[in-house]
Amino acid sequence: MTEEIIIAGFGGQGVLSMGKILAYSGVMQNKEVSWMPSYGPEMRGGTANVTVIISDERISSPILNSYDTAIILNQQSMDKFEKTVKPGGLLIYDPNGLTRFPERKDINIYSIEAADEAGKRGLSKIFNMIVLGGFLKLKPLVAPEYIHKGLEKSLPARHHTLIPENEKAIEIGKDLLTAVHVLN
Amino acid sequence: MGELRLMKGNEAVAEAAIRAGCDGYFGYPITPQSEVMEYLMAEKPFERTGMVVLQAESEVAAVNMIYGGAGTGKMVMTSSSSPGISLMQEGISYMAGAELPALIVNIVRGGPGLGTIQPSQADYFQAVKGGGHGDYKMLVLAPASVQEMCDHVKLGFDKAFEYRTPVMILSDGAIGQMMEKVVLFDHIPRRSDDEVVKQCPWASNGRPKTRTHNIITSLDLDPAGQERVNLKLQAKYKVMEQNEVLYEEIQCEDADYLFVAFGLSARICQKATDLARAKGIKVGLFRPITLFPFPAMQVSNVGNRVKGILVVEMNAGQMIEDVKLSVGCKVKIEHFGRFGGIIPSPDEVVRALEQNIIGG
Amino acid sequence: MEEQFAKTEIRKPENIVYKRTDLLVDRPLSYCPGCGHGTAHRMLMEVIEEMDIQDKTIGVSPVGCSVLAYDFLDIDMIGAAHGRAPALATAIKRMWPNHFVFTYQGDGDLAAIGTAETIHACNRGENITIIFINNGIYGMTGGQMAPTTLPGMRSSTSPYGRDVPTMGHPLKITELISHLPGVYYVTRQAVHTPSHVRKTKKALRKAFELQKENKGLCFIEIVSNCNSGWKMTPVQSNKWMEENMFPFYELGDIKVDGKLIEKKEAPVKE
Repeated sequence: MTEEIIIAGFGGQGVLSMGKILAYSGVMQNKEVSWMPSYGPEMRGGTANVTVIISDERISSPILNSYDTAIILNQQSMDKFEKTVKPGGLLIYDPNGLTRFPERKDINIYSIEAADEAGKRGLSKIFNMIVLGGFLKLKPLVAPEYIHKGLEKSLPARHHTLIPENEKAIEIGKDLLTAVHVLN
Repeated sequence: MGELRLMKGNEAVAEAAIRAGCDGYFGYPITPQSEVMEYLMAEKPFERTGMVVLQAESEVAAVNMIYGGAGTGKMVMTSSSSPGISLMQEGISYMAGAELPALIVNIVRGGPGLGTIQPSQADYFQAVKGGGHGDYKMLVLAPASVQEMCDHVKLGFDKAFEYRTPVMILSDGAIGQMMEKVVLFDHIPRRSDDEVVKQCPWASNGRPKTRTHNIITSLDLDPAGQERVNLKLQAKYKVMEQNEVLYEEIQCEDADYLFVAFGLSARICQKATDLARAKGIKVGLFRPITLFPFPAMQVSNVGNRVKGILVVEMNAGQMIEDVKLSVGCKVKIEHFGRFGGIIPSPDEVVRALEQNIIGG
Repeated sequence: MEEQFAKTEIRKPENIVYKRTDLLVDRPLSYCPGCGHGTAHRMLMEVIEEMDIQDKTIGVSPVGCSVLAYDFLDIDMIGAAHGRAPALATAIKRMWPNHFVFTYQGDGDLAAIGTAETIHACNRGENITIIFINNGIYGMTGGQMAPTTLPGMRSSTSPYGRDVPTMGHPLKITELISHLPGVYYVTRQAVHTPSHVRKTKKALRKAFELQKENKGLCFIEIVSNCNSGWKMTPVQSNKWMEENMFPFYELGDIKVDGKLIEKKEAPVKE
């Protein structure tokens, strides 16, 4: 099993940390992982993306031009990464703020209104965990117990009290998906 | 098994330094490697192991700090990225000349000049062929994963002391910034001052009345003396060439074609190898792990069995010169590279193989 | 024959009233006759010998005339690159905090190419001793203009005299670093007369004693001559130094116990 994922959005949306929690959970489940950010001067507000690979085998290139899954959280990223999903692959997006929606017919597409839901529930800071929940519902790569360990490892000890809230957000995300286009 | 962590390459370097029993880190901030010093300052090894961590006023000062520390027999290191490494060439040359052990980590970014902060491999010549003035070499390690970033720190220190030579880890911004699973080696305690004195009888750390004074210098004004220094260095490099070559062969047994690549490029080529084989092209990958000493004989053995070689580098064609010198001219050898911080994609590499080697 | 004569006839123990300190290597100095380096070396080694700290002392030599200082000082030494001695000394002291660490640097080394290393080592308050030999010229490379060359003073790269508008002012780096809080003791001395030599030795002793107490950086400037570079006899050069160097580079303590010495306002020269 090898899953190649791109997570892309604005800086400040928790793109990199979502990737890190997913990757760390993979490590805890004894998978091979890589987490390759786009790095640079873009901080809050700029675009940010991270390539996460989780595999049972040694990972070759940490940098890819096509992905099994794209998790897309803003318009620029949709424009850039919709076309990079492998045929038969998966695209998950949050429609919040999008002006153009994905059009491909050869991939599975789901939307997740995570920003709205997070706003309603006062969970804006962990909106990214709602998105992660949606992804894990569709691709349960890592078991919940290892997600828990991944959270423990990724978050500094002083934030460990927030782990239950993060796990709750993941559960919310699992029930928030809307199928937009599903292959037979 | 050692402790398991998800770490950035830069963080792995820092953690490995603490665990290897490093006595001192001296550095100056520069993207994309600042996490090395940030991690060390946050971890406070000075409170745990007594390791000194100091932010210098420049790369020039940092490299001369490690020159001073190494001259006393301590286990010292610095890290920087390309423009900073250029500034360090003076000190590296002095350390090579004075035969001092030290570890220098270069998280390469695109150049020339201020260039870019994105990853590159354009410092190959600088690292492998000398860099500073005079006839010298460093042992150059080219990690291709975060695990190797960690392991090469320990290996680098071991070899630096074994050969009394500066060792460079030549990595790049992508490996520095990316996170992977790392199995950390167990803590090795720092040597006591007495152990340092015993292990390094050549070092200048205070002359007891029982011996003559030690002098650390790269100066010998007498040309005959300076020639002897040079001959000694060259003899040392020969021994390194015989004993210290490291490399990896991936799917080379049945290969018709060969990628030769180091560091991040090798990772990309590994993916390209899979993609090409899915298309029916039998290609293998030869990855030098030590860039000096270069695995000349080994790449020649594999290279002379195939129909063509594509050397893939994130530069305009540097290691290809060593590949050509090693393999000779019976086999077609071409270069494919992207520069200035662009990372070639696996697809691009396969296309370059098809166009420049198979079809060309 | 001559050698034997010297040994048998003159070097009788009862005739010896003054001898080389054991910490100076028994070999001819490479300095010009009349140069102050030899005396400065001797005072430094006497202090280390008297404090009995040679097994705990690490010296850093510069690039310049004293590049070969390690050949004469019988203690462990490291030869720095040009100007970098304070960086080396910083790391050495940090990793051998109970050792005595000093740099020995000339004016080009310390106040031109090594300005950054000097200022930052001083500013960090490294517990080291910097010995700064200022003779207003680059001696080893053949008498070029130094950062400390006086206005109007001739050198091979200011053959018509230092022209301040185009070549800049002489740099009083000792006064400059004395204002940094990391610096504990700053003094300017000379070694051309016995009384000056005695004062210099006292200053050196004080600096090494303060180093033992981890008081911060101690900085001793020794204004010296360069009879070869100045194209004078040793006697002429000492006189010229007194008449020209000392008014600009005033001798005496500049900072003691971490406090600047108040100076009376000097009358403005027209």
